[in-house]
Amino acid sequence: MGEAVLLASGEAIAARRRFRVLRKLLHHRSFMIGFIVVAVMVVAALAAPLTGIDPDGMRFRARFRPPQGAFLFGTDQFGRDLLTRTLYGAQLSLWIGLSVAVLSGVFGAAIGVLSAQYRQLDSPLMRVMDALMAAPAILLAIGLGAALGPQTHSVIIALAVAYIPRTARIVRSSALVTRELEFIEAAQVSGASSVRIMFRHLLPNAAGPLLVQSTFVFAYAILAEAALSFLGIGPPPPAPSWGNIIAEGRSYAVQAWWIMLFPGFAISLAALGMNLLGDGLRDVLDPRLKVES
Amino acid sequence: MYRGILMRLSQAVPVLLIFAVMVFMLMHLLPGDPALAIAGPEASAEAVEVIREQLGLNRPILVQLLEWFSHLAVGNFGESLMLKQSVVSAVVERLPVTLSLSLVSLVITLPAGILLGVVAAYWRSSWIDASVMVVALLGVSLPGFWVGLLSVLFFSVHLGWFPPSGYAPLDETGLVAWLASLIQPAVVLALFQIGFLARITRSAMLDVLDQDFIRTARAKGVDEWTTLAKHAFRNTLIPVVTVLGITLSLLIGGSVVIEQVFALPGIGRLIVQGIMNRDYPLVQGTMLLFGFAFVVINILVDIIYTLVDPRVRYG
Amino acid sequence: MAAADNTTPLLAVDDLTVRFRTDEGWMTAVDRVSLAVGEGEALGIVGESGSGKSVTALSILRLHAAATTRMPTGRIMYGGRDMLGLSTREMRTIRGGEIAMIFQDPMSSLNPVLTIADQIGESLRLHQGLDQATARRRAVELLELVRIPDAARRVDEYPHRLSGGMRQRVMIAIAIACRPKLLIADEPTTALDVTIQAQILDLLRDLQTELGMSVILITHDMGVIAEFARRVMVMYAGRVVETSPVSALFRRPVHPYTDGLLAAIPKLDVDVRRLPAIPGSIPDPTAVIPGCRYSPRCPIVEETCRREAPELLAAGPEREARCPPRVAALAVERVA
Repeated sequence: MGEAVLLASGEAIAARRRFRVLRKLLHHRSFMIGFIVVAVMVVAALAAPLTGIDPDGMRFRARFRPPQGAFLFGTDQFGRDLLTRTLYGAQLSLWIGLSVAVLSGVFGAAIGVLSAQYRQLDSPLMRVMDALMAAPAILLAIGLGAALGPQTHSVIIALAVAYIPRTARIVRSSALVTRELEFIEAAQVSGASSVRIMFRHLLPNAAGPLLVQSTFVFAYAILAEAALSFLGIGPPPPAPSWGNIIAEGRSYAVQAWWIMLFPGFAISLAALGMNLLGDGLRDVLDPRLKVES
Repeated sequence: MYRGILMRLSQAVPVLLIFAVMVFMLMHLLPGDPALAIAGPEASAEAVEVIREQLGLNRPILVQLLEWFSHLAVGNFGESLMLKQSVVSAVVERLPVTLSLSLVSLVITLPAGILLGVVAAYWRSSWIDASVMVVALLGVSLPGFWVGLLSVLFFSVHLGWFPPSGYAPLDETGLVAWLASLIQPAVVLALFQIGFLARITRSAMLDVLDQDFIRTARAKGVDEWTTLAKHAFRNTLIPVVTVLGITLSLLIGGSVVIEQVFALPGIGRLIVQGIMNRDYPLVQGTMLLFGFAFVVINILVDIIYTLVDPRVRYG
Repeated sequence: MAAADNTTPLLAVDDLTVRFRTDEGWMTAVDRVSLAVGEGEALGIVGESGSGKSVTALSILRLHAAATTRMPTGRIMYGGRDMLGLSTREMRTIRGGEIAMIFQDPMSSLNPVLTIADQIGESLRLHQGLDQATARRRAVELLELVRIPDAARRVDEYPHRLSGGMRQRVMIAIAIACRPKLLIADEPTTALDVTIQAQILDLLRDLQTELGMSVILITHDMGVIAEFARRVMVMYAGRVVETSPVSALFRRPVHPYTDGLLAAIPKLDVDVRRLPAIPGSIPDPTAVIPGCRYSPRCPIVEETCRREAPELLAAGPEREARCPPRVAALAVERVA
């Protein structure tokens, strides 16, 4: 019997644990607030086409309309509807944030697990990560983004590279701890391959910290993308990126303050939602870093 | 102690070498032909070729890299194309602006961030804790450049309290003008750091307050204030010091954007201008100087760490 | 015969209940516990972890977090006053000054960033108003008193440079710095090696007679009780189940839980790995158990035990036990 029974009960325990984590999350105040904020943002982004207005459509008779009536967020210097542009901006921002979080998560996890598993890779990989962290993340992203040209995908790559090192370090330290545990030794003795150990043991055990970190990366990426766009290194105009709208509205800030007001709120709200989500996940998944709500 | 510092420095050498190579490669990816950019759109093909020859851009990339390294070895960080000036002197000229901004911002950040974190932890789960955490959360969630723009609109344009942009050098215009030109960008820049530091400090303090030695202090009859200030606080500083490097990194990174918002002629603005003008020697050199600065900063943070935690002493 | 019987005891805990707020609501950790310590007396409190013995000890100095703790019943009489009614300022003069405490884990009980001199001296400066230099000199003397070699050099070191046993000696030095009338030692030897355990116990006993202080020693180890205490109180699931002079308890335990604890003492001639442990475990403090709390684990459980919560009953001179069947059997024996 032994093995099968153990496995079955192990799975039952894992399932129960997952259920408990879910229940804790559902009762976690900041997680739920963050979840609702992010969900609303996603719905709003998806609903952008429902306004029925072309985000780039210019109407010179309707320039600089303050927020009222038909233009809830007002219009900009070209008479474009800012509500529509802000909603399409949400698509762009969330897409960039998600891509950066996923890419830096995947590559960070791969680098972290590899350097934990193969000692001879550890030192070179970590020196490269150190080098990437030698300059502030936003500066690295500015340089990389500029080098790759002002396009949405270069922003994604630039930010992902900038945030890989920290994720890699977090996964590596988690994997190093896991490697010291007895069951890894047992797995090795019973002939499990390195690949199996990495995928079956090191990676799943790092999943909690990885998810937490990636959620925060999502928040940073939204803020950083806006900053890059503001500096002119983001998705090229007329793309309705929030940073672009603010950068364009800057020249008219005194007469038409609303142009840069609403996209700024949108950025703040998105970052706030992701940060709350990250706080909640950290409290529940990563008890070492417990921050009570 | 000195041996430990030497060891840290020797570890930093490969990191800096890798960083230098990465910066070099990065700049050679820049779109557009720098020679063309310098010569201008009306230049003849021969003129562009001459410039390319001058800059050595037609030679193999490895040769260029080695040449760059040999220049670096003697402290030559290159010549800016757009400024017709050495990178080092361009950076040194702008250094006071960025240093002033960072310094004022740090002077605001450290006490505010740490104090907020300690206060929140001490009154944990109370309304004080909740409000501090909301403020900290806003700090790490609001985009600094946007807050900066709104702040200019309100405090400079509407109220007329501070100049909306520009830098007033300390030695020329005096302390008041200097501070007035910096206070707005410094506070805006500090918001994110304060939020970050307050959150870290709070969780560190909560950990420490749960420790056995806090109970020991109370059992000795030590009052609450001394327990907090003497027994808990120094232990809280240990994890806080470890994130000091990150804080400074965020500060410098943030200053690149904030300098742009407030038109402060600092290093961040220099780099952005360099990128816009495809002035790759300038960007390369400046990035590398940033890298050096950070390696030094991190070693300093390590030294501070050993001062705070008696368990970690260089042998 | 004992001081505790004919004069007012030094400290008397009377009918104390302690409740904590947890995620699952309020739970009772200590349930109507009374105890008394006479001057110069050594009282032992024994029980498994979760029995409420440490909670009781911490309550005496009111070291629980106020926000999550309630004491709905009870008094803690010391020096003619109820300590539960004292202001925090008055409480602070008692803590470390008149009643001192040492804890289980010497590794984490000392502040890692302060020198030994500072941590011992703090008490002296606080309660005796000594200046820095005098406090440091006293600290060296105290380190010598707790038999730390090379005290003059050790005093300026940080805790991480000392071994576990040495750190516990430092904790003791801190505790006795102001000549307290009562020392509460909460599992002082549990975290230490066996040989060190004996040394620390010897030290505590010598200091007790030398300084003439009362000691409450809390442990899960009957062997430690046998070495140290004159009177013992056995706790189980937040309640006192037996109090007795130590000699009588070892000769003839009344409560079946005490049987179990005595059987768990390692004997030199028995293979340590086959130590008889009490089957089962202490109940969850939030669990509702009708009748005797020990009944689910009790080998001699009777039908009434599961229904009626037993009271503490007199079971001989200076003895009480919370087990009606055993007390009755004992009475029959004595008559016969």
